[in-house]
Amino acid sequence: MTHPLAHIRNFAIIAHIDHGKSTLADRLIQTCGGLEAREMKAQVLDNMELERERGITIKAQTVRLSYKARDGIDYQLNLMDTPGHVDFAYEVSRSLASCEGSLLVVDSTQGVEAQTLANVYQAIENSHEIIPVINKIDLPAADVEKVRQEIEDVIGLDASDAVPVSGKSGIGIDGLLEAIVTRLPAPKGEPDAPTKALLVDSWYDAYLGVVILVRVIDGTLKKGQKIKFMNTGAVREIDRVGMFTPKHVLLNELGPGEMGFITAAIKDIADTKVGDTITDAKKPCAEPLKGFKPSVPMVFCSLFPVDMGDYMKLKESLGKLRLNDASLHFEAESSQALGMGFRCGFLGLLHMEIIQERLDREFDLDLIPTAPSVVYRVYSTKGVMTEIYNPVDLPDPVYIDYIEEPWIKATIMTPEEYLGGLLQLCQERRGEQVNLTWAGNRAMLVYRLPLNEVVFDFYDRLKSISRGYASFDYELDSYAKNDLVKMQILVNGEGVDALAMIVHRSQAEYRGRMLCERLKDLIPRQMFKIAVQAAIGGKVIARESISAMRKDVTAKCYGGDITRKKKLLEKQKKGKAKMRQYGNVDIPQSAFIAALKMGDE
Amino acid sequence: MTRTTAIYIHWPFCASKCPYCDFNAHVRERIDEDSWKNAYLAALSHYAEMLPERIISSVFFGGGTPSLMPPATVQAIVDSIQKHWRITNDIEITLEANPTSVEREKFLAFKEAGINKVSLGIQSLNDDDLQFLGRKHSVRDALTAIETAANVFERASFDLIYARPNQTLKNWQEELEKALDYTARHLSLYQLTVERNTPFHVDHAQGKFSMPDEELAADFYILTQEIMTSRGLPAYEVSNHAAPGEESRHNMAYWTGGDYIGIGPGAHGRITLDSTKYATRDHAAPEIWLERVQTSGYGRTLLDPLSPEDRFLEGFMTGLRLRKGISLSELERRSGADWAALLDQDKINIAQKEGWAERSENTLRLTTEGILRMNALIPYLLRDDRSDRDGPHTAA
Ligand SMILES: Nc1nc2c(ncn2[C@@H]2O[C@H](COP(=O)(O)OP(=O)(O)O)[C@@H](O)[C@H]2O)c(=O)[nH]1
Ligand SMILES: C[S@@+](CC[C@H](N)C(=O)[O-])C[C@H]1O[C@@H](n2cnc3c(N)ncnc32)[C@H](O)[C@@H]1O
Ligand code: SF4
Ligand SMILES: [Mg+2]
Repeated sequence: MTHPLAHIRNFAIIAHIDHGKSTLADRLIQTCGGLEAREMKAQVLDNMELERERGITIKAQTVRLSYKARDGIDYQLNLMDTPGHVDFAYEVSRSLASCEGSLLVVDSTQGVEAQTLANVYQAIENSHEIIPVINKIDLPAADVEKVRQEIEDVIGLDASDAVPVSGKSGIGIDGLLEAIVTRLPAPKGEPDAPTKALLVDSWYDAYLGVVILVRVIDGTLKKGQKIKFMNTGAVREIDRVGMFTPKHVLLNELGPGEMGFITAAIKDIADTKVGDTITDAKKPCAEPLKGFKPSVPMVFCSLFPVDMGDYMKLKESLGKLRLNDASLHFEAESSQALGMGFRCGFLGLLHMEIIQERLDREFDLDLIPTAPSVVYRVYSTKGVMTEIYNPVDLPDPVYIDYIEEPWIKATIMTPEEYLGGLLQLCQERRGEQVNLTWAGNRAMLVYRLPLNEVVFDFYDRLKSISRGYASFDYELDSYAKNDLVKMQILVNGEGVDALAMIVHRSQAEYRGRMLCERLKDLIPRQMFKIAVQAAIGGKVIARESISAMRKDVTAKCYGGDITRKKKLLEKQKKGKAKMRQYGNVDIPQSAFIAALKMGDE
Repeated sequence: MTRTTAIYIHWPFCASKCPYCDFNAHVRERIDEDSWKNAYLAALSHYAEMLPERIISSVFFGGGTPSLMPPATVQAIVDSIQKHWRITNDIEITLEANPTSVEREKFLAFKEAGINKVSLGIQSLNDDDLQFLGRKHSVRDALTAIETAANVFERASFDLIYARPNQTLKNWQEELEKALDYTARHLSLYQLTVERNTPFHVDHAQGKFSMPDEELAADFYILTQEIMTSRGLPAYEVSNHAAPGEESRHNMAYWTGGDYIGIGPGAHGRITLDSTKYATRDHAAPEIWLERVQTSGYGRTLLDPLSPEDRFLEGFMTGLRLRKGISLSELERRSGADWAALLDQDKINIAQKEGWAERSENTLRLTTEGILRMNALIPYLLRDDRSDRDGPHTAA
């Protein structure tokens, strides 16, 4: 038997990073007896190594808790830990769509931050009942009243009933559980209607294959049932139905309002698109759920193995990551300067960073990432639009009518004293101010910015200008026409493909000069003079030259020096394979790597 | 087979350590001279057994400061070499000496022991610079030492270090001209090198002194070549100058791929066994070396066969240090490697066009401008193995 709808509560926890979402989830699990104390490791739900280490949730997680409330009823609570970061905004919105309410966690020592806002707006869009939770009240710096006021001023939520808690020490947890059952609505659904369930998330498990996290709306999901994925059209047979407590527990069925998982002998998560509607293959529901969109990569960069021999390993590793991350896109690419690699697409900057870090850490790959870039829409003189994922692919300017680039709407929360610096940063990055409001001594700044200006080092600059106090979030806004050009870097007259970039004309000279200067320091002096230039079309906009060396000879060569020098020579000879010839000169790949690594200082 | 062979004896001790020096040289309060003497003799016996049929053409006592050795030890070593092997009539037996440890009596004793050539570490004929270099002798000591050496030995050479911090071309010209008044036969002129793991390295990194820049260093070198050539002592190697016929035969063995036995802490050797060339190295720590020889009869820690490519590379990089250059066919024969497979013909042509190298039928030699750039030029001339990465370069 499935649980009566009236005794189910589905809720998400939303919060700015580090405000204590995962810790609170753990405390709720422990209080409801989901795990013994000895089984509790900090942050049970962040189960990828990287998630635990960086304290970010990447995949949506859900846990079923059972709570005996003061009214004597056993409630089924389905708790959802969502990926809080903007890169996974779509995943967040799907997770939220599977719940009726949210706990909005705000750190009582920090107050409302940019991500708090972004998440709360999504919850409101999903018609959630929201319980503000003021967390970390065990800390001496906690200021519950101030934060309560901020929630009201900045977000506009009534915070008079906000629940003060400490996820860490457990203060207020009982009160919070009561608030969940009394203040959040029960889900609605029809047990006898045709099956309709939301595909919330999916991942690859080495033992179970693809595991699908679902929220049942109507009807039931049972073992042996033939189901259909309405957007992809695939039909499969369910072989397992279960829930997480957070341990895997198999069930006979999932009923309306319930959350849990199913498996259906699926090998590739690309077949299980987040947001898809699952229905009964024989007796399908009339309409799929609204709001399905396939994930679209927004930020691109190329990854090249430092050791060319690692190309196949990189390919396999990306394939393995994709098993669990359908939003990771990649395709083979070959670069003159850097050899064979992959052009990869990511949901956003954090997503990109996470993938790079996992390739480095879990697969032990040394990679050269090129500068991140965005998707440009290039309109030809014939009126045809092409999406350009790689600056190298930009056609000759004579065939281009105009180029559009993606803009974002960024929300920045900052203490007053850093506002000046941040306004200047946004202005430098071609930003357009949309709004500036105040909450106490903190400013909320809304700006429209070209994503292209943000992918470089915007976030690092923001953190350094504000000494880490400002927070930042963004959403994609629209595409807009701009004066964009392809800037090439030429070494001895030959283009270095890996360093080509699309920039706004007004930024080109500055960027070009910087890159040339940097290369001048990075390219070792050679026997021949080397010219380094930045150019747009045929026009050189910045140049540096590296003069030829005049003397490099070892004074002494005794018996013992021969072995040492020969070893060096062998290394140099091997190293030549990692060099690229430009006219007479060999430039080590490492110079380009270093130029790329230095970002956009 | 009777192969001519050189012997290098390394004496690892000095009275004090110079701040620029990265040689395997150590300062010890007390040295058990008998044990050391016996150890060298034992190691020589070991090699005599391993390489019986050799004709010894040169012996070099290097260091460290071999002029601190008791002449009796030098005598015992030379005697033992003569006992174990045949020697050439004109065998060259050199000893490195520091001006501080030069006394006429001792030199006579070394001569008695069989030494027929000395190499003096003069380094500078300027008292301030001698002090900067951490040398314990004065210009006066240096000149006395040169005179003493010249009186006792038919062949005497000395070393100078130039391109020093604050040195001008003019200073150096005067200093070198003065040095040339004292010898007409052989001089080693080394540009000061800041070696890793030396006090100079730290001082230099901390900005306590600065080295001549590349342009000035090149000018120093070119000036030196001009002076030495005009005085009849052209360079026969990057830093070594001699009147015709006065070249160091021992060092030539290093640079032309000859066999040499290396004995003593940190000594390297190249020896041919059953037509394979091996690289050898003795343990570098004096006390460990001594103990090893005492227990097992030799101090060697490495005996590595060299591939034809190894031999080619060694011959190529040392041979190009020589003014006469290399004979490609001879190098091919000696190493067993095909030069065309290892060198890049196009790059050789470019080097010729740039005026860095000269090529006749069979020989390849570097010009002064080529020698100046040798560390970059040699790898440049080598063929690389990147043919595998040629292919379509279009973005997918
Ligand atoms: N003192 C205190 N620290 C807390 C509390 N809740 C979380 N933290 C700490 O805050 C940091 C971030 O917590 P976490 O649960 O990972 O935040 P998340 O990023 O929102 O999931 C961790 O160091 C926690 O130990 C709390 O109630 N009190
Ligand atoms: C084995 S060393 C020293 C021999 C002897 N102990 C002496 O110091 O007189 C041989 C020569 O190498 C040269 N030399 C040593 N270190 C040097 C350096 N860092 N730069 C240039 N020449 C150096 C010196 O000219 C020295 O005389
Ligand atoms: S330069 Fe000569 S004396 Fe000075 S430490 Fe080195 S080996 Fe010894
Ligand atoms: Mg977390």
